Amino acid sequence: MTFDEKYFDIGRLDRLSYRDTCVHNLDPRAKVIATMLFLITVISFPKYEVVALAPFFLFPVLLMTIGEIPVRFILKKVIVVSPFAIFIGIFNPLLDTGTVAVISGVPVSGGWLSFLSIILKFTLTISAALLLIATTSFPGVCHALRRLGFPPLFVSQLFFLYRYLFVLMEEAMRMIRARDMRSFGTPGAGIKVFVRLIGILFLRTVDRAERIYYAMLSRGFQGDIPSLKRSRMAAADLAFMAATISFLGVFRFFRITEGIGRVVQGLFA
Amino acid sequence: MHMADALLSPAVGTTLWAGTVAVGGYASKKLKAQIDDRMIPLMGVLGAFIFAAQMINFTIPGTGSSGHLGGGMILAILLGPHAAFLVMASVLTVQALFFADGGLLALGCNIWNLGFYPCFLVYPLIYKPLTGGSKNPGRILVASIASAVVALQFGAFSVVMETLLSGKSELPLGAFVLLMQPIHLAIGIIEGFVTAGIINYVRGARPEILDSIAASRPLGAGISLKKVMMTFAVLAAITGGALSWFASTHPDGLEWSVEKIYGRGELPEQKHGIAPVLKDLQEKTAFLPDYNFKPAGNEPKKKEAVPVWPGIEAGTSLAGITGAAIVLGIIVLIGMGIRSFRGRGKG
Repeated sequence: MTFDEKYFDIGRLDRLSYRDTCVHNLDPRAKVIATMLFLITVISFPKYEVVALAPFFLFPVLLMTIGEIPVRFILKKVIVVSPFAIFIGIFNPLLDTGTVAVISGVPVSGGWLSFLSIILKFTLTISAALLLIATTSFPGVCHALRRLGFPPLFVSQLFFLYRYLFVLMEEAMRMIRARDMRSFGTPGAGIKVFVRLIGILFLRTVDRAERIYYAMLSRGFQGDIPSLKRSRMAAADLAFMAATISFLGVFRFFRITEGIGRVVQGLFA
Repeated sequence: MHMADALLSPAVGTTLWAGTVAVGGYASKKLKAQIDDRMIPLMGVLGAFIFAAQMINFTIPGTGSSGHLGGGMILAILLGPHAAFLVMASVLTVQALFFADGGLLALGCNIWNLGFYPCFLVYPLIYKPLTGGSKNPGRILVASIASAVVALQFGAFSVVMETLLSGKSELPLGAFVLLMQPIHLAIGIIEGFVTAGIINYVRGARPEILDSIAASRPLGAGISLKKVMMTFAVLAAITGGALSWFASTHPDGLEWSVEKIYGRGELPEQKHGIAPVLKDLQEKTAFLPDYNFKPAGNEPKKKEAVPVWPGIEAGTSLAGITGAAIVLGIIVLIGMGIRSFRGRGKG
């Protein structure tokens, strides 16, 4: 991804999170907890499990459709970050060649199964994480973390980071444009120019932090960023969590997918 | 390199999360007691700086490929270990949320790999002794390269260990190490050059800035070796506990790596202690162990029984595939249904 694309991507994810749907209106804490439970459940399947993972696509699909998040946008982001998991996973079919099943006469090796399992888990976990931010907004997640007991100092770091991310990225973008326009490609992009660019960016950042600090002092800053919003878990949030937990529990512990397959095969047999 | 959720097992993921939360809590407690208010916005904005700086690429000399700053080491040098750890943690959290780099479960691992080592291990034990408080650019260069290399080697090796202990990958330890360590050696050298370059540049241009940051950072910034060792001991105990639990309840997870180490599939069975109790408990609590739909009249074929992995063939039978296809079809239909319903509601 080029710099501009990355920048606009963050902006787009951010804008999506300010929509007004019933997924967006759920309490951020409920969504954070539900997402974490979902991730742990998906990851807890053994390495050869493929079939039982299928029902879990319901969770991201529901969030995506009810939350009106574009499918293609999420899919594209999942593909962009996939190389590491694929790179590590692709060794499985090469190293684990033992046949573990024969399906309609075609032998299936353990390696391909575990590779497929990694890919499915990857898609599920990454899309769930992206959908959390796309339906909750970053400040929402921060407030949720704070109420869930994360250290206030860390949460205020996240707030600052988020607020100045866009400012500093624009600054970096201008610097890159200036460099690229003067260098006609590679000669100007060497390590020497890079070090100075980053050095300048750092100096400007420190100066900016100083100004921010004085501005905050004059507004009564005392080392903490309190939130005025007092939210509490509503019935809808509790219902959402209960539904998620029972969904995860049922599909984690009962082999329902296979059962459906057998019943249908029985019908057509 | 970021660890990914899909390669993790819950035991490894939560253990590393626990370690990260413990270190983060310790760092923020330490900071809160000693920090100057001025540091809070500075830390936050420097997080955004690292983020922006990581997006500026440069050409690596002699190769033509491009690299970017990692950031953990430079933060530790500028801010001291406690503040740097929190800033690195916030940078990685934003990366996990906005770019899905890694994932939320793997975030604990990533903060550990990229934050703990440079801040709490390399900075006090390598960087500080090597520079000895000197402002000589040459010494800073040597110290930065050594620190960045060691920090990245630790980080890369942790990725290897976390993946292997999770048991989702088939890569043998040796090959994996050969795959990861040399490339991170190269990255570390470049990272060290860049880090030293930036620090020396800033010192040359505006020396007072580094001094003022150093003045406002906590006094006891260099933590004692004893504390580092204590933390390690505690974490080793936690890890050991969690892993032995995992090994006894989910044999498939560790089986492979154990096989590599011991040369056969399983550890000598434990007759005493907690393992048999847990095994018994697991057998009792397993949901419907003999759960089976009545086989349809003419089951297409008999699966080949593979005694090593008792659980697998059930999930990979034709019935399983049929079921998965139906379930996925239903999910797609639900999704499309909601979407068209919503679209109509709006139009």
